[in-house]
Amino acid sequence: MADVTMKIWRGDASGGEFQNYTIEQNDNEVVLDVIHRIQATEAPDLACRWNCKAGKCGSCSAEINGKPRLMCMTRMDTLPEGPVTVTPMKTFPIIRDLVTDVSFNYAMAAKIPALLPKPMPEGGYRLMQEDVERSQEFRKCIECFLCQDVCHVIRDHEDNKANYAGPRFFIRIAELEMNPLDTNDRREFVREDMGLGYCNITKCCTEVCPEGIHITDNAIIPLKERVVAANYDPVAWLGRKIRRQTKKTSAEAAVQPAP
Amino acid sequence: MAVIESSTDVVLSGVRGGPAVKTLRQDRWWLQPVVTVSILTAFVVYSTWSAFNPHNYYVGAMMHRDLISPFFSPCLASSCVEGSQIGFALSGWSLSPAFLILIFPLGFRLTCYYYRRSYYRAFWWSPPACAVSDGHKKYTGETRFPLLMQNAHRYFFYFGIVFNCLLTYDALRAFHQPGIGFGVTLGTIVLTVNATLLWLYSLSCHACRHLCGGSLKTFSNHPVRHRLWKFITPLNENHMKFAWASLIFVALTDVFVRLVASGAITDFRLF
Amino acid sequence: MSNYEHHDYDVLIIGAGGAGLRAAIEAKQRGLKVGIITKSLLGKAHTVMAEGGMAAAMGNVYEEDNWMVHFRDTMRGGKYLNNYRMAELHAKEAPERVLELEQWGALFDRTKDGKILQRDFGGHRYARLAHTGDRTGLELIRTLQQKVVSMGTDVFMEVKVLKLVHDDAGRVAGCVAYHRASGEFVTFAAKAVILATGGAGKSWKFTSNSWEGTGDGHAMALWAGAKLIDMECIQFHPTGMVWPLSVRGILVTEGVRGDGGVLRNSLGERFMFNYVAPMFRAETAETEEEGDLWYDDHNAGRRPPELLPRDEVARAINTEVKAGRGGPHGGVFLDIGSRRSAEFIRRRLPSMYHQFMELAGVDITREAMEIGPTCHYIMGGVQVDADTAATAAPGLFAAGEVAGGMHGANRLGGNSLSDLIVFGKRAGAGAADYVLSGQAATSLNQSAVEAAIKEALAPFERTEGENPYTIQHDLQEMMQANVGIIRTQSELDFALGELDKFTERVKNIAVKGGRAYNPGWNLTTDLPAMLAVCKTVALGASFRKESRGGHTREDFPTASEEFSKFNLAHSSNGGNWDSPIETTESPLLPIPQELKALLEEAH
Repeated sequence: MADVTMKIWRGDASGGEFQNYTIEQNDNEVVLDVIHRIQATEAPDLACRWNCKAGKCGSCSAEINGKPRLMCMTRMDTLPEGPVTVTPMKTFPIIRDLVTDVSFNYAMAAKIPALLPKPMPEGGYRLMQEDVERSQEFRKCIECFLCQDVCHVIRDHEDNKANYAGPRFFIRIAELEMNPLDTNDRREFVREDMGLGYCNITKCCTEVCPEGIHITDNAIIPLKERVVAANYDPVAWLGRKIRRQTKKTSAEAAVQPAP
Repeated sequence: MAVIESSTDVVLSGVRGGPAVKTLRQDRWWLQPVVTVSILTAFVVYSTWSAFNPHNYYVGAMMHRDLISPFFSPCLASSCVEGSQIGFALSGWSLSPAFLILIFPLGFRLTCYYYRRSYYRAFWWSPPACAVSDGHKKYTGETRFPLLMQNAHRYFFYFGIVFNCLLTYDALRAFHQPGIGFGVTLGTIVLTVNATLLWLYSLSCHACRHLCGGSLKTFSNHPVRHRLWKFITPLNENHMKFAWASLIFVALTDVFVRLVASGAITDFRLF
Repeated sequence: MSNYEHHDYDVLIIGAGGAGLRAAIEAKQRGLKVGIITKSLLGKAHTVMAEGGMAAAMGNVYEEDNWMVHFRDTMRGGKYLNNYRMAELHAKEAPERVLELEQWGALFDRTKDGKILQRDFGGHRYARLAHTGDRTGLELIRTLQQKVVSMGTDVFMEVKVLKLVHDDAGRVAGCVAYHRASGEFVTFAAKAVILATGGAGKSWKFTSNSWEGTGDGHAMALWAGAKLIDMECIQFHPTGMVWPLSVRGILVTEGVRGDGGVLRNSLGERFMFNYVAPMFRAETAETEEEGDLWYDDHNAGRRPPELLPRDEVARAINTEVKAGRGGPHGGVFLDIGSRRSAEFIRRRLPSMYHQFMELAGVDITREAMEIGPTCHYIMGGVQVDADTAATAAPGLFAAGEVAGGMHGANRLGGNSLSDLIVFGKRAGAGAADYVLSGQAATSLNQSAVEAAIKEALAPFERTEGENPYTIQHDLQEMMQANVGIIRTQSELDFALGELDKFTERVKNIAVKGGRAYNPGWNLTTDLPAMLAVCKTVALGASFRKESRGGHTREDFPTASEEFSKFNLAHSSNGGNWDSPIETTESPLLPIPQELKALLEEAH
């Protein structure tokens, strides 16, 4: 097979640059294979994250020719001729080379009120397949955080990170809201605390999802519609005004279950 | 890599990796925004021209037809040409009758989740394409007025349904040709296809999917709404196609009616 | 005190896969201060790779199923080398552990009447595996991860533990580790430590294990004074991908066979009918027609031989390929496309469909997959007390793949995920009881901390030396060739000699670059553990002169009565990574009469 030139970003928080590695390309290889071969030979300290190498764990996220993708699921023979650029995910602070600090995502995950289930009857719950299927789609998520990376709300606007959970956590919240056992109401939470309104549904999250989850159509838009019902319904608003009621706060409507 | 501790605030920002360029994409990512801008601009220009030119929007009994342009139906102004009105007329409206009604389909489409995706990308560049830098420094999304009003989509959907009913009525009425009786003409087909596409566009809308069943927590105890939701879902997956098809066809329908009304072409009778 | 970052916990858990997370939940629910350390990011552990499901005798599909049948299947699958008490607890407690997951957000596939759907797997008499499509491991780890996070547990991500550290009284008191991101060292003091580090398959060339599967916990337990048992029993999963080379070893779920897939050789024969051992003959179909009836109704026919336990199937594939009836890339064919509809396959096996489509360009709804055995799971591990998960080292507990005994000589598919939650909980409870009993350690031996750190930094000081990747590569080749699926004395002796040479080579590694996120250095710190595992595997394999489960000897092709009475237990003589290892016989626990009766019950 012919040689291929890999333009790989090397560096850390103090700066970095592209380095070129020209290496033989074998049949059917994926980008991660080539990275591994560079590690084993020319650059043993080339930092990259990976675990399963089968598209199941979501560790090896990077940007290949500018597109957020999993390195283990991107076959070399599908890329156009010429040098292949590999850069770290842009949205998160760099640690070194292709490795970024994704703790933003873990911080957001920790804020979400978990499932508050109905009490379990003797012998376990009875749930119908049609009632679990919607949430099951979202639970396919492998937490590669490519949707978070591509989302311009935080990719291009650092200051929004404090107020915006990102697509990964919108599908998490949608999953909980559609779980037939759940008794929490996270609509105010997702609007007020998670910044659902920042999303302008440009659908890049759906485009990059390696699991093919319909993030926008099946999670974000249904959440927006649910928020409309809770917040922007003029009749309900009028009703509250007449009865001098106030809306439940996000913390009242959705609580973290006891350990 | 950091520690997840409930007590500590994780540092969210920091120096990012990669070169400081707009994008590293090598494909023709600009193609889609260009196409979107071209089609939407053409439509806006044409529909504005049409609204400002309230002539030839109705083909009436003189020509043994009953065809009205969707831009002008329902024709509510007292200035509407004879035969085009639907029972009552607003006196004192001196502008084009199109302006009385266009706000509703316009609002429906402006707040539509699919169109939002398209025009935010193509016109507002936020972002122009995936993994291409946003064209703006500051971004607050749909959290503030006026974009907060996007949440009114559901209410425009309700109006959209009323309009679909009226346009369906127009299409059905067209099959009865004054002075001739029942017949199928090119015009009846055009109006029928137009109404059908508008129904498909409205029914495939995300708000409709939510109202039909999407809002439910469990489907199994709402079998009827579950079936409705299952019927709407595949339509919803094609919402983009219906959005474009119905947009282009509604303009073509207006063109057709104008051409027939002005005598440039005749509405060919099939049987 | 030294000036390293330091943390104190009641219970420290090393490993954030299914077992570690389940243990954390239990210890946390007891009100203890719990810390979790993971070598990669939270939620990426090897548990996510589990596909088919978790075995629990809930009887949702076949009412006849119960814990006694599950216990019997597990013991038979393990060729009676199991710690019977673990198998018993596992069979009894798995259903409750599975149901509990639903309260934490897990969503399993359902039966028509809304119960948890269960699927067929090799070696299980009834459809028993609770599952979510073919991504059950992901469902499990995400559920536990989200539960742990919602409880506010501290999780240290990308921290590599170098060594366990004792207190001056010889109790396990914590560990010394480093942050992979910065290369900075960190020490943890804990009253109890739970090892949940998973497996060790990365020492073989063709493996389904990720870079993490280096046997850190096995090795650390050995060095800390615990014993390793059954290390020779390694499961080679019969169906790993063989082509393209870059994905060789990646798992193809047993669910393919459970859902109707069959194995054929290059002549198109369903060869498994020729490999039914006498032990399984009574319950295995004799003809293809009979086997096909079974899928729809287990009472209409006996199970097809493709669903024999994994060791049987892997050996059969190996034999077929050696006899020249293999495919173009050295595997055999797994065919479901000609037997089930495309819609069925895409719904039941979405990840498999995706995996073959993307990585091999094979549409499994139309073409057969070429597959072959891949190193998948180590039955052996740290010897533990079944009820408390305590090891021989005071203060040290172990659960999950790192623990030994539960699966005997061979693990049944689906028993691993349920193992994680049953014994993860028990380890959490065992450690909590130990902490609350007040006998736990309180201080770290600082000189041991310093020694471990000095050793870890040594490779930076050598300017001339070997590349760690070369050593790892050579080790994998050597183990695959000499301590692989079929073993023989001369090769094992050769391997033991080679392993001593590898020890010397590891002492001569030179690491390039700095300490911050340096994978070359990280690998260097993994190699001592890999060598410890390889040595105990080779020693066990050399001592056990018989074939049993995941241990097959060409020179001793059958099971022997003599070797059925004990496990081989390894302990370290010195506690350093290059200290000599002693191997002794450890008698099996006597099985109480009422359980023995279950095993002897006819089919």
